[in-house]
Amino acid sequence: MTDDTIPTSELDSRSAKGTRLKKSRPARAGYCMPDPAAALTDKEIMKHVPVGSRVLDLGCGDGRLLEILRDVHQCRVQGIELDPQEFVGCVDRGVPVIHGDLDHGLPEFPDDSFDYAVLSQTLQQLKYPKRALEEILRVARRALVVVPNFGYWRGRLQHLLGGRAPVTQALPYEWYNTPNLHFMSMYDFRDLVERLGIRILKELPIIRGHAVDRAWAANLRAESALYVLERPESRGANRS
Amino acid sequence: MSTELIEESIPDVGPRSVGLVSTQSAILFAPPHELTLANSRRLGPITVAYETYGTLSPQRDNAIFVCHALTGDAHAAGYRSKEDLAARKAGWWDGFIGPGKGLDTDKYFVICANALGGCQGTTGPSSICPETGEPWGPDFPVIQIPDIVDVHAELVRSLGIDRLLAVVGGSLGGMQVLEWAARYPERIASAVVLASCPRMSAQGIAFNAVGRSAIFNDPNFNDGRYYRDSGPRAGLALARMVAHITYLSEESIERKFGRKLQDVEALAYDLIKETEFQVESYLNYQGRRFVDRFDANSYLYLTKAMDYYDLAQSYGSIENAFAASQARFLFVSYDSDWLYPTRQSKEVVGALISAGKHVSFIELHSAKGHDTFLIEVEQLEALARPFLERTLEVLRRPAAS
Repeated sequence: MTDDTIPTSELDSRSAKGTRLKKSRPARAGYCMPDPAAALTDKEIMKHVPVGSRVLDLGCGDGRLLEILRDVHQCRVQGIELDPQEFVGCVDRGVPVIHGDLDHGLPEFPDDSFDYAVLSQTLQQLKYPKRALEEILRVARRALVVVPNFGYWRGRLQHLLGGRAPVTQALPYEWYNTPNLHFMSMYDFRDLVERLGIRILKELPIIRGHAVDRAWAANLRAESALYVLERPESRGANRS
Repeated sequence: MSTELIEESIPDVGPRSVGLVSTQSAILFAPPHELTLANSRRLGPITVAYETYGTLSPQRDNAIFVCHALTGDAHAAGYRSKEDLAARKAGWWDGFIGPGKGLDTDKYFVICANALGGCQGTTGPSSICPETGEPWGPDFPVIQIPDIVDVHAELVRSLGIDRLLAVVGGSLGGMQVLEWAARYPERIASAVVLASCPRMSAQGIAFNAVGRSAIFNDPNFNDGRYYRDSGPRAGLALARMVAHITYLSEESIERKFGRKLQDVEALAYDLIKETEFQVESYLNYQGRRFVDRFDANSYLYLTKAMDYYDLAQSYGSIENAFAASQARFLFVSYDSDWLYPTRQSKEVVGALISAGKHVSFIELHSAKGHDTFLIEVEQLEALARPFLERTLEVLRRPAAS
């Protein structure tokens, strides 16, 4: 574990050395002092998960969202997380978690084993986002996907006027240490989803931390967006 | 004067040790209540050697059963004597069991027992057959993993424990944990399975077969009736040498020995010279040491029990095996373990996900191969402590009305 500027969560787990656990676990930072942006998104996601659902959270971090879904919505939950320290965080919340990389697919997960899959701020960090979308809508009928909107006006302005890769509050990374591999706008994401034949049940732009039902010029004004996606009935889980 | 004082004082066991322990013994399945084995033969009475560490809670809900691997025994932690303590000869999982350790004996009551068919106090082929007054030898019934688990389950019951907080084990011990979960779903709250598998692979069987072959072909084997003589020492040592290689990784063996020579400055180019390389000397030493503590017939019986193990075959499918289980499962595999590769753990994990069970899984990095679960206890501690704490918390939470 090096002392670089790169967030350790990105480094530890993606290093060629494989997964090592530190002896002592970091304090439950997320629990005591929740990241306000993440907490807000979690709240938005919660609204769309009916009580008693089976929920799979891909890139579940320390299991904070799943813990609430389990305790408040009586959901049957399962997490997938790549970072080993976050993995221990899940265990510490009693949230079942599989250590794994979404870029390798979900081979252990049978078709339709969950009602909802949650993929929050993760898609843009995957090598194969298209395959990941197909994979999560294989194991769950519906998916709640939060993606950053690289069409956000601050980013555009920095690029246009400053001639630099954008660094914003929602995307606080420099080009050399960003975990984000793909830069898409809401328009771009919609294109991909349509191409895959996935239905968009809801598109909620997140503007100044709040998900709104409708907004003018959302692709310009939203830092990120929450999508409720659904696999069409005709394409059952048993498709070849 | 001062040296005398030091010699007389009991050496400090250290704050994280269970200290001095003694192996106890229980006699179970006394006739007419013999155990019916998986192959329908009946066996009894059965003596079980076991040790316990920590204190059983008044609610009797904090007991953890530890399943040992192929050549382990009941002595998992602490020191059996002052001599052992002075020599720092602790139990086989002392790094993981003790006050403040992975299995925290300040919180939990930890039990470890020698397996049926073993040779460290529990009934096995070297025990005296009550009918003949002679050691069983090859007349000992063939045993399988479910038999080992049945005996331990009866021991746990006899200790007054209805439900275990957890069953924990690696390798052959992990197979026993899986069998516990399948066989006694209502009697375990969680299962921790380390570097294990739901069925022995062809490669695993192959290595076991080589080991058995070494014993069979020892001129002193005498069809397993060797207890009046020295027995197949060379064969058993050879079996251990082969097995020991499979417990290491290519990287760890290279790092540890490389091409270093033993007690010589240069290669002798002598065909008969048995140990030139350090790794040769090391394996010879491991083999010799093993023979002093292990019985060749036990080695045959226990490796066979491993080879026969096939969870899916016994229960129709792995999902079926755990259909009634409400336990929380934690699986750990190691990336350098080529004897029980990650794929085998994942097979069980996938089945448990399909069955909608509470399951966590992680592949950890280590250069040390299959034996990592015995050595790198810090990583396990980081997982086991919160896992057990949450399990106990849920167990103690009053049921929702």
